[in-house]
Amino acid sequence: MNQSRQLLEEFCEIVGEKNVLTDDADLIPYGFDGTAALSSRPGYVVLPGSTAEVAACVQLANTHDLKVTTRGSGTGLSGGSVPEPEGLVLCLVRMNQILEVDSKNLTLKAQCGAITAKVDQEARKVGLFYPPDPGSMKISTIGGNVANNSGGLRGLKYGVTRDYVMGLEVVLPNGQIAKLGNRCVKDVAGYSMKDLFVGSEGTLGIITEVLLKLLPIPEKRATLLASFPTLEQGAQAVSAIIAAKIIPCTLEFLDQMTIRCVEEFVGIGLPTQCAALLLMETDGHPVAVDDEVTKMAEIAKRHGAIEVTQAKDEEQSLQLASARRTAFSALARVRPTTILEDVTVPRSHLAEMVSFIDTLAREHGLTVGTFGHMGDGNLHPTFLTDERDEDEMRRVHLALDAIVKKTLELGGTITGEHGIGLAKKGWLREQVGEASYDLMRLVKQSIDPRNLLNPGKIFD
Amino acid sequence: MHCGMCLPTCPTYETTLKERHSPRGRIALMRAIAQDQYQIDQNFAEEMDYCLGCLACQSACPAGVDYADLFEVSRADVERAKIHRSTLRKFWRWVTLEQLFMRPKLLRIMGRILRFYQKSGCEFIVRKLKLVRLLPPHLRRLEPQAPRISERFSNEFIARVEEPATVTKYRVVLLTGCIQDLSFAQINRDTADVLLFNGCEVLTPSEQPCCGSIHSHNGEARLARENALALLRLIDPTSVDAIISNAGGCGSHLKHFQRLLPNDPRAKIWDQKVKDIHEFLSEINLEKPQVAPFNKQVTVTYHDSCHLLHGQKVREQPRNLIDLVPGIRRIELPESDWCCGSAGVYSVTQPEQSRLLLDRKILRIRETGAEILLTANPGCHLQIANALPELKLMHPISLLAQAYRS
Repeated sequence: MNQSRQLLEEFCEIVGEKNVLTDDADLIPYGFDGTAALSSRPGYVVLPGSTAEVAACVQLANTHDLKVTTRGSGTGLSGGSVPEPEGLVLCLVRMNQILEVDSKNLTLKAQCGAITAKVDQEARKVGLFYPPDPGSMKISTIGGNVANNSGGLRGLKYGVTRDYVMGLEVVLPNGQIAKLGNRCVKDVAGYSMKDLFVGSEGTLGIITEVLLKLLPIPEKRATLLASFPTLEQGAQAVSAIIAAKIIPCTLEFLDQMTIRCVEEFVGIGLPTQCAALLLMETDGHPVAVDDEVTKMAEIAKRHGAIEVTQAKDEEQSLQLASARRTAFSALARVRPTTILEDVTVPRSHLAEMVSFIDTLAREHGLTVGTFGHMGDGNLHPTFLTDERDEDEMRRVHLALDAIVKKTLELGGTITGEHGIGLAKKGWLREQVGEASYDLMRLVKQSIDPRNLLNPGKIFD
Repeated sequence: MHCGMCLPTCPTYETTLKERHSPRGRIALMRAIAQDQYQIDQNFAEEMDYCLGCLACQSACPAGVDYADLFEVSRADVERAKIHRSTLRKFWRWVTLEQLFMRPKLLRIMGRILRFYQKSGCEFIVRKLKLVRLLPPHLRRLEPQAPRISERFSNEFIARVEEPATVTKYRVVLLTGCIQDLSFAQINRDTADVLLFNGCEVLTPSEQPCCGSIHSHNGEARLARENALALLRLIDPTSVDAIISNAGGCGSHLKHFQRLLPNDPRAKIWDQKVKDIHEFLSEINLEKPQVAPFNKQVTVTYHDSCHLLHGQKVREQPRNLIDLVPGIRRIELPESDWCCGSAGVYSVTQPEQSRLLLDRKILRIRETGAEILLTANPGCHLQIANALPELKLMHPISLLAQAYRS
């Protein structure tokens, strides 16, 4: 086709020939993200090396009405970077530099493709740290984290990605480069546009640079592991800790299935016989930390904890957190297809939700492993199934529907951190209501009237 | 499961940042082929050649994907599909995979010829007169990397059966390998000495077939199977306590004969008996060396062989062993788990990427300031020795042997 050859040549001129991919062997691997059972084949994959190149690519795509899907490392869990069939994938992993660490202003500027773990690593060199720590941080990009407003283990105390984005550089659907936000701590000049783009899942603009807020590394950190004989007791312990006005850094939960899979992989001696394990972390001033450790251990025991142990040093603390982050992947040891849910309910309803999911799984004859950020009510019930088993997949979808329904009943959200993407489109209107849904579509239509960027994600 | 945890550990992904050059990408291609959405073509063949087979991804994978198996099957599928058409390639595969590494006698003859060439002065003359220019380009490039051949091969100074000086506690077979036997026979002698010192009766058949890993890794499962059968005929696994390997690259393959011979009950027992030397020593009551091997304190560092670390999960044992030797200070090598680029015949087939990895490895080694580099795989040994001729390289077992002898 003449048009596509011309298009290819123009892309080559922008980014260089070796960064334009069209062979099947190159395209196929970009057809999916971390979500099970969702894939398609793009028409082109282009890897730009700078904001200017991104802008030029967007302008070119505009001219040819070529749909654009932005991609980082493709570890998303809702299909957000699954490409438009025959569309363009703009993969930003080459833009991976940390541009500046400002220890006076406690900020860090990075290109969108910088790996989140490296962002934190660079911050630590000057005694600071970047709190949001999603499970994928060793491979996910900061740009991807921003586009999804990723959470993480430390979310309970430190918040999510949005809380740390001070400024963004974005390429808009018309090719313009916009600078949003500011290095200042306070800034109310005009609408807070950067907040609109955080969590916009690549549908409003392409994030090319981020300016992040950093925090000083806390003086001390302590990690506790508490094992429980039932899921409910574990959930109740969590509710009790929050009710006691303790906000630990991390309050993570793993059920027996998850513990076993993780232990099989990491082999660090996790208790595999208990029904639930709580991983609790507190950080801050040493006196405060010691106090919280004592209080949390006591609450856990009061709610039936079989055993409460403390990590003996920093290395073990890191080891435990690292082990928790492998949970989603480790569960694939049981069955090849893992369908991870991301429902969040108000903390007071945690125990009820955990119980509900357990009963539901049994009713539908499904295997579920549950883990998650219990402290902020964000559960990850993971269906362990096989996408080739059509009947089972049908039952999985029925169960998912039921979980969503219950979540909304309890005033929760269908997605705490993974985003709508493709996977949760069906339920969005139900959760947010007509007015809110129409407002979102209005925003999309104003900013991207030609529906160029990541079409079909979030809503149609 | 395509979580991507393997990506940051993959050397080729790090070099190119292209998804297809990552384990996740490669598996995506394999899956597409299995689902008839793609077929084995030149691109796929090249992709599987570009993969090092270092298995760092396997170590990183929480889901337990057996990449080693997928890799071998893919390379075999590529051969079966006859994608590569080069006559030269066919020739060299015939010479190495079908001849030299299937006939131990022939391999030793080649070794003796090369030894003569190196020791008699011929090599010196050839290099001095720049006669190397007469070689075809691909051989000319490889000539400087040609391994030094040992003075004697293993069978020339290790008897078929050697008894320990004290009471026999274990009966083991020592595998002498191919490159190990030709270039580093002394390491085999050292391994035998360490075993003897620790109460082992050591059986060392004088002529041993290749373990077959080079065949498995290069798409020749049938030949690998033949070698496995030859080894099973030569050695009855039920008659010994352990089958000792001192080469990381071989040991990994040797532990998976069941994969090659799923219906052979001997293969299962064989797999259970195969132990890397460090692994074996960590499981017995090891005689602690009392005397320092050198007359001053020496700093050393240890490089992990990919197939020992990722393939066999042997990480702490060599380190613990080294730490037992008096007069030795071990510095942990940063990125010790990152491939050195040797990867079997990779340094021959993919010289650019191999060189990139080697340069990075050399940098890390130099940074430690260590006087000796310890490594437990002949491939790594040769690869690093070629680039750092001034650094002393030893197998950890040779260090231990020297300590015992002091």
